[in-house]
Amino acid sequence: MSSGAYSQRLPVLATIVIALMLSIIPLPDSLEPFRPDWVVLALVYWAMMLPRTWSVGSAWIVGLVLDVAQGTLLGQHALALCVVVFVTVRMHLLMRVFPAGQLMASVFSLLALYQFILFWVNGVAGIPVDAMHYWAPVVSGAVVWPIVNSLLNGVRMRVH
Amino acid sequence: MVTYRSDNSNPARIPALGIRVLVCVALSVLLMVLDHRQDHLSTIRKGVGIAVYPLQVIVDSPFRLWAWITESTADRSELQRELARLRAERVLTRAELQQLTALRAENDRLRDLLDARPRLRDEIRVAEIMAVDANPYRHNFVIDLGEKDGVYNGQAIIDADGVIGQVLQTGLTTSQAILISDPSHALPVEVSRNGLRTIANGTGEFDRLDLPFLPNNADIVPGDVLVTSGLGGAFPAGYPVAVVATVNRIPQASFADVTAAPSSALDQVREVLLIWSAEPEPSELENPEPAATEPEPDEATSTEADAPEDGDE
Repeated sequence: MSSGAYSQRLPVLATIVIALMLSIIPLPDSLEPFRPDWVVLALVYWAMMLPRTWSVGSAWIVGLVLDVAQGTLLGQHALALCVVVFVTVRMHLLMRVFPAGQLMASVFSLLALYQFILFWVNGVAGIPVDAMHYWAPVVSGAVVWPIVNSLLNGVRMRVH
Repeated sequence: MVTYRSDNSNPARIPALGIRVLVCVALSVLLMVLDHRQDHLSTIRKGVGIAVYPLQVIVDSPFRLWAWITESTADRSELQRELARLRAERVLTRAELQQLTALRAENDRLRDLLDARPRLRDEIRVAEIMAVDANPYRHNFVIDLGEKDGVYNGQAIIDADGVIGQVLQTGLTTSQAILISDPSHALPVEVSRNGLRTIANGTGEFDRLDLPFLPNNADIVPGDVLVTSGLGGAFPAGYPVAVVATVNRIPQASFADVTAAPSSALDQVREVLLIWSAEPEPSELENPEPAATEPEPDEATSTEADAPEDGDE
């Protein structure tokens, strides 16, 4: 760990905390299903850019916090997040050179994988699920990805 | 191993990634199984919950600020109108309370005659809803009272109009609670008109409960008021829950299709009331005579309930 590592980590942690807050902020009922998975978007970005510091371990801990914040089965979001981040880290070199459209498509499939794991765990645990609720965040997440991407790019440029 | 200066300049593989992801997956599965099967993980939940608490406070603060701003900038005429309305409401409720006092005395007397235990009054405290679960198929919310305030798992939550839900998981300073409209929630109720007992299930919609276990010949009509029966043990008896909305008797089916509308607007509440049920003393249960003949235990608990005090003066 170099001395600069700490000052580099703090802004990243701040973006993840903001993503966590966005994911528990109350929304009107009609907008609720379209809430993007902010935490996934942030973690995918950092796993893609800084895979050595932000990898599956941190994703798992953030997922656990998300589980407690949302009152879901303990470990559900942790599992989904660490699998998604694992895939991202494996592909990070490829994803960095993807053109914007292709990157958005891969984020879309990562979000779909994330929601599929949540859906599957709910199914196994016998918690009633609604298909619409699982697909809406995938689409809205992919739509807001370019904004998240450029915002986090700004943060990363300032840090380095 | 060689240390690389930066992530960006390093094309090499991340060390031990596969092992780490396997450990994480295994831990998650273990946690989920433990959490789903038993309630062993409340300490973990509480620990992480303390870390989440400041986040919830921050997320909630703009709403509190907005409420404060609207409250402090409401104009004079509006406040006066509000005041007039509240005065009128107070006169009405006081009149009703007078009646209630008389009825309570009569009820106690009748219970004395029947040699029954007097009904104990419950202690009530106001809590504020801090956050609502993101998933509309799990109607959960977080309240700002926790274990330090004496909240316990399964505690009943009401608002001014009726039953809202119950505490699901206590934390140190906050608690997770479940609404009666959650699809996994079932509540023992009875029809106040005739005492018909049944179960009200949540449907995932805020304005509808299902009553799936009523036979076709059950004496139930739209407009019947459902109150808690107190049989499940979690809820004290006699709080309004819902009003029967539709009764659809299907001749070939074994059960009638009955739905009810919750008395309180479950999606609009901000403040809720937590009930500490007044449990009868074990000695009273074994020996009902003293409780039936003297009204002292009743008087002692009535000081804890805040509402009746105003009416008695």
